[in-house]
Amino acid sequence: MVRFVNLTLAGITQGAVFAAVALALVLIWRATRVVNFAQGGMLMFTTFLAWTVVHDGGSYWLALGVALASGLVIGAVAERVLVRPVEGGPPLNAVIVTLGLYVLLQAAAGMIWGDTPHSYPPAFTIKGLTAGGTRLLLSPFDLFVIGAVALVMAALTVLFVRTGLGLKLRAAAFAPEIARLQGVRVGRMLTLGWALAALVGSLAGVLIAPSVFVGPSQFDAMLVFGFTAAVIGGLDSPAGAVVGGLLLGCALSYVSGYISSDLVTFGALAALIAVLMVRPNGLFAARTGRRV
Amino acid sequence: MTAAVLAAAASGCGGSGDDSGSSAPGVTATTVTIGSHQPLTGPAAPGYSANSAASKAFFDYVNAHGGVHGRKIVYKYVDDAYNPTQTVSVVQKLVLQDKVFAVFNGLGTPTHSKVVDYLNAQRVPDLFVASGCGCWDEPKKHPQTFGWQVDYIREGKILGDHIQKTYPGKKVAYFYQNDDFGQDGVKGLDKYVPSGQVVSRQSYQPGATDVSAQVQAIAQAKADVVVLFSIPTYTALFRLAALKLDYKPTFVVSNVGSDPITLDGLLESFAKSGGTKLQGSPLIQGMVTDGYLSSPGDASNSWIQLFRKIHDQYIPKLPFNGNIVYGMSAAYTFVQALQNAGRNPTRKSLVDGLEKTKLTGPGLIPFAFSAQSHAGYTGAQIGVIKGDVVVPQGQPLTTDDGDGPIQPYTAPQPQAPASGVPAGG
Amino acid sequence: MGAFRLTLVRHLAGAAAGLVALYVLTTSVGPYRDLQIAQAAYLTCAVAGLTVLTGLGGQISLGHGAFMAVGAYTAALVSAHWGWPLAAMLAAAAVVTALAGVLVGAVAARLEGPYLAGATLAFAVGLPGLANYSHLTGLLGGQNGLTVTPPVPPAALGETFPLERWQAWIACAGAVITLFLLANLTGGRFGRTLRAGRDDEIAAALCGLRVARLRIAATVVSAACAGLAGGLLAVVASLAAPGAFPLTLSLQLIAAVIIGGLGTLPGAVWGALILVFVPSWASDAASSSGLSHDVASNLPLAIYGLVLIAVTLAFPRGLQGGLRDIGGAARRRLPPSLRRFAPGGGAPGVPATHRGGADEPTTDQASAPDPDPEGAGGRDDDGGGAGGRGERLRR
Repeated sequence: MVRFVNLTLAGITQGAVFAAVALALVLIWRATRVVNFAQGGMLMFTTFLAWTVVHDGGSYWLALGVALASGLVIGAVAERVLVRPVEGGPPLNAVIVTLGLYVLLQAAAGMIWGDTPHSYPPAFTIKGLTAGGTRLLLSPFDLFVIGAVALVMAALTVLFVRTGLGLKLRAAAFAPEIARLQGVRVGRMLTLGWALAALVGSLAGVLIAPSVFVGPSQFDAMLVFGFTAAVIGGLDSPAGAVVGGLLLGCALSYVSGYISSDLVTFGALAALIAVLMVRPNGLFAARTGRRV
Repeated sequence: MTAAVLAAAASGCGGSGDDSGSSAPGVTATTVTIGSHQPLTGPAAPGYSANSAASKAFFDYVNAHGGVHGRKIVYKYVDDAYNPTQTVSVVQKLVLQDKVFAVFNGLGTPTHSKVVDYLNAQRVPDLFVASGCGCWDEPKKHPQTFGWQVDYIREGKILGDHIQKTYPGKKVAYFYQNDDFGQDGVKGLDKYVPSGQVVSRQSYQPGATDVSAQVQAIAQAKADVVVLFSIPTYTALFRLAALKLDYKPTFVVSNVGSDPITLDGLLESFAKSGGTKLQGSPLIQGMVTDGYLSSPGDASNSWIQLFRKIHDQYIPKLPFNGNIVYGMSAAYTFVQALQNAGRNPTRKSLVDGLEKTKLTGPGLIPFAFSAQSHAGYTGAQIGVIKGDVVVPQGQPLTTDDGDGPIQPYTAPQPQAPASGVPAGG
Repeated sequence: MGAFRLTLVRHLAGAAAGLVALYVLTTSVGPYRDLQIAQAAYLTCAVAGLTVLTGLGGQISLGHGAFMAVGAYTAALVSAHWGWPLAAMLAAAAVVTALAGVLVGAVAARLEGPYLAGATLAFAVGLPGLANYSHLTGLLGGQNGLTVTPPVPPAALGETFPLERWQAWIACAGAVITLFLLANLTGGRFGRTLRAGRDDEIAAALCGLRVARLRIAATVVSAACAGLAGGLLAVVASLAAPGAFPLTLSLQLIAAVIIGGLGTLPGAVWGALILVFVPSWASDAASSSGLSHDVASNLPLAIYGLVLIAVTLAFPRGLQGGLRDIGGAARRRLPPSLRRFAPGGGAPGVPATHRGGADEPTTDQASAPDPDPEGAGGRDDDGGGAGGRGERLRR
């Protein structure tokens, strides 16, 4: 029983981290209809900037601020300079440009900070909480991560569903021509979408960093699992991203704990296929009727 | 007609310039070109990318001090991203296009095992493979290939022997990487640790993002001693998960995963007390490990003094850790081997020299090199982490990778030469 | 029918010309270049298969590296355990991977867009990991994988015949056969219906096409190509190991499809050439640059990323599309009286054997960047009835 509780807690903690990345992917998908491979590179880069602040004696919160601010800037610049020219073109071209940006950022980080991974401080202690005399695989820092992810999810839901800005973002992404006719400044909306997604990504980076260390390729697996989580949940839904993340985290934890650690990545594949066979557009897909 | 004569003369000149007493590929009057495949990017780059930079720095230092028999060593290391397909490609490039004299310190078992046959078929000396697989020591099948670091089975035996003697009757758990590194290590451990004492065996997949399930299983089995055959990032992840669970066993960590400087870098954020920079993370104090080279934090050691001097001059930006000491030590051994190959080295004289001459070098332990054995260091010495130094315990130990006994080795570690360049043979 | 025969003859002539050119090329360069040619050749197989699936079928795959792994392991296993000869070994690689393609295709046919991307990405990451599963390590060799005995050049070629050249010949033959088969397949009914399903699934279904089955068939064809590529990799690199099929490989394949020119077979060749020669050149540049270790180590990666971005931005329709645009612009500069004598005669992309007629674009439209480049229209022989039907269905 202790084993099951702990595996579940470990799964939830991991899942929250996957969800953080998934939320950034959901945001950019909703706001620009692009699957952003550069997300992993961008959040790695902003986390390195934050690490530099911490390393030079800055506080955790100052570093977090630097990460978020640089995320906004990198996202906006990437959209303006690299993605704008391929917007409206074949969708795969945008994917390849983001892939190129990802490779470039990874190389740049390696050039600037080297390949040795570094530790990143947690906001709160990672010592587990005690329940009934046993230490649990759940620490105050894990609670902070889960809380932050829940907050971002709520904020995104409100943004998209309740605000005019969210409506404009979605309109610019789904039907740019019509949106333009309605007076939406489509270009500005797309830039904003990228900037906000990179902001969420940079928060995810800082939340993940203590458990995977900071290095040019340390976040790769997180991007893969984050993407998987977003697909499981449905790319259009922030709540789906979080549920997808938690499901995936728990599934991997059970596979690792009860079956074999060799099968963790295969387990992710199996979980994804199982969900997509039942719900081809993810768990939280909006019902879409196709009209002929 | 004139043109033909000129062409012949020119090619003649080129030929004699290249040869100058040695007809070996990659050797000219002024240079010896060697190559290597290294993970400069990709999954194994963290940590291991520094090895080749350190070797290069040592060769540059030797070149600046006259080279070997007047020749400068040109070290071409190429990225293979730890992908065997790329290893094959870059090694063929080094052999066919760059015409290297020898391949030096190619890194990794999954990678290098795919070029061993090729290098031996081409009769290219394949020296000091950077991996502790016992498979490099097959002089009949692979006469050109030589290991260097102590293999994982020997290391497992020595650690297992220590555990059996020091912690009799205690519960032991294994945490190992699920490849030949971890599996060979466990083979060695199992030769000494009584099977009844082992209460949990957990493995992890390189690339996994979370090991808390395994740590929790080991903690639940209430093991008193945990043996880690893991790379540094997973040693650190294990340590952090143990901290989370308030689980405080005795840690016994293989050489690969126990470099205190690297672990400090991975754990420093979790161990700050009042913002003061600590000398060595409290999270790694008392870890038991084994070593066959000098510990990078040991400032009084003559080898560390030498290597640090070269590091500060050539590669000051890289952290001075176990990988730097490893790369420079391997380069030192190569310089010795090249000196033994004679004034006009050939591929044959290089291999023969290694089989005939006993090298003594940076390590605490002798090499096994002979016509019958191409294994490198034959053992290690147990040590305990204090501060950021591995403090040696007892005597260096040597053994074989079979069922042979473990024996103490009594000769002291040789001093580094004052010039830094091995005395010429 | 006459046109079909003409197309077949042209493809045969093209294949023969390709073989002759490759023979001349491989015999005139050194062994290392031969090895690179072999690598480009097996990558061409995989990229060509993927460009048919993605360009003509409209299905993205980020998992073709995993198909290559299936092919490579199949080749390694049948060669090690049963000692199958080379041709049988490669055929087994293609067939077994095609069977895997049936499974993957059945799943993939239900998915679209990012969901398909996510599923195939998980496939690329998850499948090679199976080699580490403790119950399979005995068979698959775990993390270290399997070593394959390199092929022996036939004695008739002489004792000193370089192995690398023999490997290049094998891989080039594989690539030429793959391109020949794909050109015929996509130029015919199969390609036509594929494009119809891509352009408008519902309209195609109304016309009686079974879109799901069509998609599975496309995945199977594409998987067979990737499997052959994997088998050839096993022969050229003498190995099958999980580390040889990382996610990067799958991403490189799709990148090669796009920067070569989506849906065009010549584009697949361009893409494969870039995958092989850009990193090699970048690595040479980095190692002779005298830069610091961290910079020099990462320089090839940076150059690769820049090339991906630059080519995609400069040539939205890929290198092949870009070449055709340049060719078209050059021809338009000629005075009209000369234009019809220029190679290709008249409009680029609208072939001489063109039969579709009415709704094909005019010269000027065709050479302007087309927002939805018509798949395999890149190949001259492919226009005609092929593209025509898909276009009509959409309108």
